[in-house]
Amino acid sequence: MSLPDLSVAELQAKLRARELTPLDALDALEARIAAVDPQVQAYLSRDLETARAEAAQADVSLPLGGVPIGIKDVINVTGQPCTAASKILAPYRAPYDATVIAKLRAAGAVPFGRLNLDEFAMGSSTENSAYQPTRNPWDLTRIPGGSSGGSAAAVAAREAFATLGSDTGGSIRQPAALCGCVGLKPTYGRVSRYGLIAFASSLDQIGPFTRTTRDAGLMLNAIAGRDPRDSTSLDQPVNDATALLGRDLKGVRLGIPKEYFVDGMDPQVRTAVETAIKQCESLGAELVEVSLPHTEFAVGVYYIIATAEASANLARFDGVRYGHRADAPKDLLDHYKRTREEGFGSEVKRRIILGTYVLSSGYYDAYYLRAQKVRTLIRQDFTNAFAQCDALVCPTSPDLAFKLGERTDDPLRMYLADIFTIAANLAGICGLSVPCGFGEADGKKLPVGLQFLGQPFDEARLLQIAHAYEQSTDWHLAAPAL
Amino acid sequence: MSSPELDVRYVAHLARIDLSDAEITQFQSQLGRVLEYVEQLKQVDVSAVEPTAHANAVYNVFRADEPLPSLEKSAALANAPRQANGLITVTKVVE
Repeated sequence: MSLPDLSVAELQAKLRARELTPLDALDALEARIAAVDPQVQAYLSRDLETARAEAAQADVSLPLGGVPIGIKDVINVTGQPCTAASKILAPYRAPYDATVIAKLRAAGAVPFGRLNLDEFAMGSSTENSAYQPTRNPWDLTRIPGGSSGGSAAAVAAREAFATLGSDTGGSIRQPAALCGCVGLKPTYGRVSRYGLIAFASSLDQIGPFTRTTRDAGLMLNAIAGRDPRDSTSLDQPVNDATALLGRDLKGVRLGIPKEYFVDGMDPQVRTAVETAIKQCESLGAELVEVSLPHTEFAVGVYYIIATAEASANLARFDGVRYGHRADAPKDLLDHYKRTREEGFGSEVKRRIILGTYVLSSGYYDAYYLRAQKVRTLIRQDFTNAFAQCDALVCPTSPDLAFKLGERTDDPLRMYLADIFTIAANLAGICGLSVPCGFGEADGKKLPVGLQFLGQPFDEARLLQIAHAYEQSTDWHLAAPAL
Repeated sequence: MSSPELDVRYVAHLARIDLSDAEITQFQSQLGRVLEYVEQLKQVDVSAVEPTAHANAVYNVFRADEPLPSLEKSAALANAPRQANGLITVTKVVE
């Protein structure tokens, strides 16, 4: 096993035993990135010099002491670029640390590297990046999922021990599934979003990518908690997310939402997920069939609410205070219109226009207000389901990783890739994806993800369940050949 | 298919984005399909349902009205595309 193969927990043990130094870890990672990132293209930029200076000072006795962490390029780190994979933020340098970065630093971690994404986190394939597509480490002709495709691919390709991403409709869990790593979307309000470039404010949440469920718990411990700078972060006790790891599944009731096993899902995904669910049963879990009757409306609700909120959030990109500005505008209107035309890519423009339309006078009630009401019904579905079980188990994505370019001309088909992940954001609950096997296409093995969904603020239990499953398999140990 | 209601050119003006004619045609058709898809929400009876704005809503989040450290002026200006005399330059609004 080479150094970049270590989990965060294993790396920490070696750092604390003085078998390795934080600089060794960082340099090994940089060597790995130099070797494989020309193919994977997970990173948009790296500042090795700053990271080395920080690593040299790191206190390895802290919870994440000396561990380098890759950051999705939508979270501000002082002095670093934060492009959101958009041309409109090409000249921007972050003047402050996001709260999650300040918390990672307080835990001893070293932020290192900026990871690719779909522009402004809008997409499911990372092909909407204005800079480069990221490729799936298991098959370089395929997408890594999105929007946090760089964060997922880097962890899977051993170019990072752990990374941060953001999840608005599945942008952590779906790429984790397609790349074969663990991705955790915490409960809405669990993690501060101060310093995260906002996409849809009632849905966005920051969370970790790791290779093990234990590492996901360690990361969540570092970043969770109420923050006075994010008034939507909730004042809930931050319990140790790893506290329940190692407990078995006896007495755990797992709900299987029948609407999540639909026609049209890839049969290889279905087989892997059904096998995994049987495995949970053999480990002592009790299986309960539950119903989430409004599931079929989740994608429609999401694309109204998320685009509406995005159209408001992205109004701030006006070429005045930061970012790209059009040359020689003839008046203010021309300044705005050309700045935004030149700065935004197609998908971002499409979503701003859809969001502006559904909020516009005469259409607000028919689209936005109605979507908010159906959102209430989707939330109630989960409340009812959790009355019968401790957590839900289902596929993360209906598909294996698809080919680069396969869906770029068909936005609606791309949106439907998020069908199993979106409802958790609408309901504000927590969810994670853990590797549960492989399918095969064109002679290449492609990872499948198992999704567990938990009640608000029940991340420790969710991790306990996922950990018990994970430790009974070898899926999380598989690495792509690069 | 395109939605008869959605006028992409007009909405793009509201959103302050210039679009090429090719983009307008393409978005008209793509967003028409998306709007057609979301028509399914009309099947749901929402007559007695309250809207959800935030999944885990909190209300009246206040803090003590005390000045706290914030960005230095130079840091706040560092990203401005145009600036002069320690101020951000805005494109002229009045004649």
